[in-house]
Amino acid sequence: MSYFRAEDLSLHFGGLKAVDSVSFAVEKGEILSIIGPNGAGKSSIFNLISRIYPPTSGKIFFEDQDITQQPPYEIAGLGIARTFQNIELFENATMLSNLLVGRHRHSTTQLWQELLFLPSVRAHEKAHRRRVEQVIEFLDLEAYRDKLISGLPYGVRKVIELARALCSEPKLILLDEPSSGLNVEETGDMSFWIRDLKTDLGVTVLMVEHDMSLVNRVSDRVIALNYGKVIAMGSPSEVQRHPDVVAAYLGA
Amino acid sequence: MRFLFKTDYEDDIRLFPHSGYVVSYGVLLAILAIAPFVLSSYLVSQLVFVCIYATVGVGLMILTGFTGQASLGHAAFLAIGAYTAAYLQQFNVPFPVYFLAAGLLTGVVGALVGFPALRLQGIYLVIATISFAFIVEEVLARWESVTHGNEGMRVKTIQLLGTTVSRDSPGFYFLCLGFLILTILGTLNLLRSPTGRAFVAIRDSETAARSMGVNVSLYKVKSFAISAAITGFAGVLFAHKLSFISPEMFTLQLSIEFIIVILIGGTFSLHGAVLGAIFLVMIDPFLTYLKDDMPGIIAGIAATFGAGKDTAMRIKDSAAAIASANGLKGAIYGLIIVLFVLFEPLGLYGRWLKIKLFFQLFPLYKRATFKRQKIYVKSERNR
Repeated sequence: MSYFRAEDLSLHFGGLKAVDSVSFAVEKGEILSIIGPNGAGKSSIFNLISRIYPPTSGKIFFEDQDITQQPPYEIAGLGIARTFQNIELFENATMLSNLLVGRHRHSTTQLWQELLFLPSVRAHEKAHRRRVEQVIEFLDLEAYRDKLISGLPYGVRKVIELARALCSEPKLILLDEPSSGLNVEETGDMSFWIRDLKTDLGVTVLMVEHDMSLVNRVSDRVIALNYGKVIAMGSPSEVQRHPDVVAAYLGA
Repeated sequence: MRFLFKTDYEDDIRLFPHSGYVVSYGVLLAILAIAPFVLSSYLVSQLVFVCIYATVGVGLMILTGFTGQASLGHAAFLAIGAYTAAYLQQFNVPFPVYFLAAGLLTGVVGALVGFPALRLQGIYLVIATISFAFIVEEVLARWESVTHGNEGMRVKTIQLLGTTVSRDSPGFYFLCLGFLILTILGTLNLLRSPTGRAFVAIRDSETAARSMGVNVSLYKVKSFAISAAITGFAGVLFAHKLSFISPEMFTLQLSIEFIIVILIGGTFSLHGAVLGAIFLVMIDPFLTYLKDDMPGIIAGIAATFGAGKDTAMRIKDSAAAIASANGLKGAIYGLIIVLFVLFEPLGLYGRWLKIKLFFQLFPLYKRATFKRQKIYVKSERNR
């Protein structure tokens, strides 16, 4: 059985088939990229997995457990974290508290304990902070701890979003266009980090990406979508040479 | 300027980041402690109202400032707290018991209001909370067997530990002040733990909060319940301070006053709730002063500029008519809100931060420091 599986996944908005019976599997520890022209349904698949939209039909399995009916907030609890295409950070909070929200799925303290800030809460806070510091060091974010997100540049926010996802200690991470809006140098950094996610932290990565050089550098396998359907699957070079993919990008 | 060198995670957790805070809050506490023995009874009474309004302000701040859920129904929560106290008093229930009962009951009602509010956002939530407030007001007026309808209810003085704490005594002032301090400390504790961060996360992006594992519905209900409970507790103190309660005290205008407290004080900070409460309690005597003395002063100015005696009298009369017009207070409140939102969106506390920074950075302060800039424009945000 594969680690993560989508079976016949569909999402219809009225007559529009944003995702049309897509099936794919992700093996543990691999980096799988989803590519496709604009409107191909890539982000919709992510939104289906993180349960922002309920699927019209189909099933999603993670570690052999059907997660199609799980409420959205429990997806993170299972160990699936995600980033967003347009950056969804908590704007008016510091980077540190953004990252600490990433630890939310590990918090076990009760409301009344928090009101009194009992020693147990304090100990938990410090433990969370230690894990957050590890992520900060991993992604070189030391300079921004007490900075408000609203005052930070786009490139840094993109990294902070990745950091927040990592703080939840995910088993599977969904990256929605990790390089969009980044310059060449930042994209280079991002590709190293994505490789490190796999090799150092053992996180499985599912990624939507437009930048083919980044896809080539990091992916183990690639899926190409068009009009909500899978048109090709395989190694990066195979998929790029596939006639349907060429047709989808350049026109037949 | 002071530079903090952080050497321990504790430095980011503790409530007072450095000794300066301890000193300044200690001095403030000492001043507040001697206040009732130095100030006139009128001023102490005003301070009690500041404490009560600030407590409600902190409650509303949790809901509106930190969780991002607007509410124009807090007068109703205050009423529920006040009426629970007045009702239970009839059965000789001791103060600590009905105090707790009032807070808990209001908290439960707050949670119940929170459930339908889960599906509403922004202006729709405001409308829902207004209608809740109207329902409560109507119930208070009609449920005569419990609330005595529009006749209102008397509230007896507090009996605590075998002593009587009358509403004008220093004891009552310390009770209100003590509860305000406890509320603020509890809220600060909440804000530095997972629940508080979840609230802020919901305020800034519900989608992201959800995908980070925050049960958005649960936390919204929690926020409503906590906010309502604090307001309920304040309601008990409010009832005791006024010693008489009736439905027409808990109108929409009171809810708007609470909104003024947090808007003027500055949303996103607990300092704001206190500053806003001071502002609101001060503005009432100021308006009265304007009403009583302004017409005479205007007439005097007119006379010095050569107006005849008759003209000066006519000016005085028309000024008095304007000053005593119906709804002038509401209009002034509205004007204050509009001016603050336009020119000082961070409120009095924001202004204080700017003043503080000015002196810290003198002579390097730039006006542009607090200019709001758009670094990039958000598009297609998931809601």
